[in-house]
Amino acid sequence: MLELRKDIFADERDDNLKEIGKGTQRQDMLGHVTGTSTYFDDHKLQGMLHLKVVRSVHSHARLRRIETTEAEQSQGVRRIIRGADVPRNLNTLLSLINFGKDDEPSLAVDKVRYKGEPIVAVVADSPREASEAMAKVRIEYEPLPTVFDVEDALKPGAPVVNETYPKNTFTYYEKYDHQKLRFGDVERGLAQADHVLEQRYQMSPIEHAPTETNGSIAAPDTNGRYTVYTSTQALFFSVDTCAKILDVPSNTFHFIGGTVGGGFGGKVDTITEPLCILAAMLTGRPVRYVLGREEEMQYGPPRGAERIYITDGVMRDGRIVARKVRAYFDSGAYTRLSSYAAVKCAAHLPGPYTIPNVYGDVYCVFTNRTPATAMRGFGVTAMDFAIECQMDKLAHIVGMDPMEFRILNAYRDGDMKAHRREAKNTALIECVQVAAEKAKWPLRDEFKRASSRQGGGGARAVVPAATREAHAPTVAAAQQRTVYDRAPATAPSREPPPPPPPRPQAPSHGAARFSSVFGTRRR
Amino acid sequence: MARHRGRGIASINYPIGMNLGGDPSQALVHSNPSGKFTVSLSSIDLGQGMKSVTRQICAETLGVPVEDVYVDTADSDTGPHCMGSFASRGTHRVGNAVMAAAKEARGVMMEAAAEELEVNAADLETDGRGNIHVKGAPHRSISTKDVAIAAQFKQGKTISGRGIFLVPLSDVDPETGEMSPATCYAHACLVAEVEVDDETGDVAMIRMDSAYELGRALNPRLVEQQLVGGAWMGISHALYETTEPYYPVSSHGPRDFVEYLMPGPGDICPHDIAVLERPAADGPFGAKGPGEMCANPVLPAVANAIFNAVGVRIDKLPITPEKVLRAIKAQGGARPQPRR
Repeated sequence: MLELRKDIFADERDDNLKEIGKGTQRQDMLGHVTGTSTYFDDHKLQGMLHLKVVRSVHSHARLRRIETTEAEQSQGVRRIIRGADVPRNLNTLLSLINFGKDDEPSLAVDKVRYKGEPIVAVVADSPREASEAMAKVRIEYEPLPTVFDVEDALKPGAPVVNETYPKNTFTYYEKYDHQKLRFGDVERGLAQADHVLEQRYQMSPIEHAPTETNGSIAAPDTNGRYTVYTSTQALFFSVDTCAKILDVPSNTFHFIGGTVGGGFGGKVDTITEPLCILAAMLTGRPVRYVLGREEEMQYGPPRGAERIYITDGVMRDGRIVARKVRAYFDSGAYTRLSSYAAVKCAAHLPGPYTIPNVYGDVYCVFTNRTPATAMRGFGVTAMDFAIECQMDKLAHIVGMDPMEFRILNAYRDGDMKAHRREAKNTALIECVQVAAEKAKWPLRDEFKRASSRQGGGGARAVVPAATREAHAPTVAAAQQRTVYDRAPATAPSREPPPPPPPRPQAPSHGAARFSSVFGTRRR
Repeated sequence: MARHRGRGIASINYPIGMNLGGDPSQALVHSNPSGKFTVSLSSIDLGQGMKSVTRQICAETLGVPVEDVYVDTADSDTGPHCMGSFASRGTHRVGNAVMAAAKEARGVMMEAAAEELEVNAADLETDGRGNIHVKGAPHRSISTKDVAIAAQFKQGKTISGRGIFLVPLSDVDPETGEMSPATCYAHACLVAEVEVDDETGDVAMIRMDSAYELGRALNPRLVEQQLVGGAWMGISHALYETTEPYYPVSSHGPRDFVEYLMPGPGDICPHDIAVLERPAADGPFGAKGPGEMCANPVLPAVANAIFNAVGVRIDKLPITPEKVLRAIKAQGGARPQPRR
């Protein structure tokens, strides 16, 4: 199943190691396979109470009145918690690294901004009694206009989702509503291209779907401290977030975690710990707050959906000369971590390729849906989908094999990347070659011989002098422009495109390795 | 009406660690008087194998068997600060911190051994099996256990070490986006083969072939676990999953695993993986990390394979049978592309 290709880049490694590189069995394997590993929810504490939250039924509404008298008298109820009970009821996760403004309450006060937003917490002796009391909380809403589409949210007159960001976009560097990337003169590059391809890609929001849902248990300890068993993916992130929201020193808490039933990014947001600890503070009892599966799926943060527009300019010989990207990250009602992902996305442009003209505008947009958060490949997965579908279409347009097309455009050691740092330690070409070999996908010799360590740098290492904002240069007379890829049925060129820039010599794992595998190229 | 096979590819890279850096992790390593080592972390093992990878790094650096090292994670009273287990940072950031702590502990251990053997510490080496001996003279040897006892009860030394790893936070130029996002990148290329039914729009995965470059595979079995599992997640994202089926309309959200579609065991396909190792200059033993990137090439490779099979481009996820069928109908039937 897994083959280690030790022959490639062998001269860059010392393989005489004793423990590194061995498939040693996991330290925690026995506990996991016998079901004896301890997770946060395995702590059944004496006198433990159960917390549940009453969630908004509207996606956007003013809260006119919250009536909890009947709920407070409900059987088994120990405490009802409202927004006013939270010491600092406004936070943003990345305030810990001084990025962004506080924009999200632990419990909504004047207004709800997404369906499922917590408004009131109920703490009771049993989960059932908490649920019964929840049904007795009366909330009067005044529904407000909603916005769910990222581009609608940017239009003048769109409903304001989050008053902290009245234009429905995160603010970068106190002046821009998006993250910029500018490298070379993209409009000139597009004008000179033989073919321009403009496409739109839309991702879907997805759930992390961990086996263990988000949750925590907080218990009063001696000396005014609180022990917190948690499923967090980021222990001190959660400690510091709780210390801020509850306005106490961070050493008030003893957080214990470490074995988590799946995270994938969905357990960074510290969504249960602050209320759980607050409830323990207010009742003096251990409190458990665990999301049910429906809550986890609909109101626990998902991977947000991105919408991406790409315009590429490509030459007949397969070289990409310009890539222009506009991307919208759907952050939902609050920032959480999407603002960070947009910067990471801009840094990722134009993918692992060397393109002389690159232009990117990446927006973090607020809409009336569950706040999105980090998930595996955060900021990059969506862009990779868009770029790699685009690469396939470009290869099709110029009549080139998609593997060879990628090798031709791949970044190499010494190239200048669009964020103005030199590419080092690259290995895209070798991955394409080995994947081709595994899949028995024919490559021509010059592409089998290509190497990440050769052919880069030189003219490819130069930061272009001109960095231009959008302008309108003269378009090449023979240019074809495709908005939907099927429009012009370009016949694959009869002549194969010229090979990539010349390289002095073949790398160590050259043609010999491949020759036994490949047949002749079909065309 | 027929089933059509097609192949598609995608190649990607992925940055290691939090974008722009500024995300430190610390580690503490100490020995008990029997020469058994504990690594104290506040980092989290999400199932990815953080404990095992840091354990191997610590053992390799100390020069002791892996059985002599135990990793304790995620206690805010005993584990020093760590930013968290995300952003593909565990192996690289935490691994480096553990390596630094283990180096410091090894220094004390070698000094203590030198005192017992009455030689210069620089002349000593570890055999990786729990012994320290004079280079070129294996008979002049002492066990790490005896060194630990001597250090604790005779010499009054703590065989311990502290480590931190920090990539300093990079600025971003607001106008051009100039920045230092990451110090190293992992790479991958994946070929997906699918079969598309032009009567139902159903897409079946046939097989995947891939190559991943990860710096160094510190534990190949953990790497395999990540790459196999991550590819399933990629298939699922490409073809099945969504919390909002009519996005951007937010209705009809699934509430459980009955309503939330994911591939079942019968929907999974064989996956043949090659791992390449081009060591990162600043990685622990050159490691980068497979964590997040393993799902990324699958999504576009599947979409491209569907085009190769029936000639339709689906640029909106997930690629459901409904979308495939509508697209096939819109173009007047399947148009298989040249097989490759």
